[in-house]
Amino acid sequence: MNIDLLRGELIRLTVEDPETLAKLVSQWSADSEYSRLLDWDPARRHSAKNAQKWFEKQAEDDNSYLFAIHTLEGDHIIGEIGLDGIRWTHGDCFVGIGLGDREYWGKGYGTDAMKVILRYAFTELNLQRVTLDVFEYNPRGMRSYEKAGFVLEGRQRGMILRDGRRWDVIYMGILKDEWLRNNA
Amino acid sequence: MSINSPLFEGNFIRLGPIDHEKDPEIVSRWTHDAGFMRMMYTEPARPLSPWQVKKKLEELEKFIDEDKNIFHFRIRARSDDRLIGFAELTWISWTNASGFIRLGIGAPEDWHKGYGRDALGMLLRYAFTELNLYRLTAVIPAYNLAALGLFTSFGFVEEVRRRQALERDNQRWDLLHLGLLAAEWKERQK
Repeated sequence: MNIDLLRGELIRLTVEDPETLAKLVSQWSADSEYSRLLDWDPARRHSAKNAQKWFEKQAEDDNSYLFAIHTLEGDHIIGEIGLDGIRWTHGDCFVGIGLGDREYWGKGYGTDAMKVILRYAFTELNLQRVTLDVFEYNPRGMRSYEKAGFVLEGRQRGMILRDGRRWDVIYMGILKDEWLRNNA
Repeated sequence: MSINSPLFEGNFIRLGPIDHEKDPEIVSRWTHDAGFMRMMYTEPARPLSPWQVKKKLEELEKFIDEDKNIFHFRIRARSDDRLIGFAELTWISWTNASGFIRLGIGAPEDWHKGYGRDALGMLLRYAFTELNLYRLTAVIPAYNLAALGLFTSFGFVEEVRRRQALERDNQRWDLLHLGLLAAEWKERQK
């Protein structure tokens, strides 16, 4: 039994009060690139109060597991990661990740957090697969997800219109069998 | 197509609003047919009483009012206005002009009669000429061969294959995303 289920090499996952995450997310939303990597809806500023209401709803949703990402070194909260839309009878869910603190981009923190949440999804929640979508203009994200074991499952052509051109929404997935093989 | 072409009257069917008095009884019957429910929904098939359906339809209409990103129609027979199914454009993202499309014909005796084909043709015209969408996505389980056949016959192509995303009858099934661009649809109208 792995007792440090939520701890990786660089980060650990915790659950924080809605108020704590709301304040951070409200700050992070100042970075429009961060918002545009996360969502195809228009980038906008969220008040801490508004974000808190959203996190309170998430906290009560049994089909959603949302975590804060802490660095092991220095114990900073640098982002969020969550499983949502869990369909228990099919063992499928979506994962979403965002590193709000761009100091930590491209250094392996996101990949490490993804590896930790996959272990949680497959060995504690006993899910059968995990799905994500990533936008064509986010190659750094795609590389990170490949490193964590995700494989390409297709692309919705031209789903997003931004900066005057159309971009694909790319789907990736990982099956439990694949994860077990990768981690044997 | 011109500005006065009817958008809601097809060859066999018309697209109408919810009838909160009469629809619940009929929809309740559909929910007792696991075959229909498993084709339409990934949630576990679960029969609903007319009262439960009535509540759900009221919630749906409230959601339509508040969210502005869903267009929901009831499919009715032109001959006698009888309810035969539903058709909707949903999760519309206005800034990206992208949306999702769903449709279902409820009773087995109404299948294979061209109602779905009629309704899908009208819904596509509505999506591309009234809502001015750029593209549509249909999410269909790999075992729903009727839907896959219908949507591909209108030019939808497989874009995403979520491998083994569903489990039914002790078997894993892929969940497919089919896509159609407005430009592709327009090309086919010539």
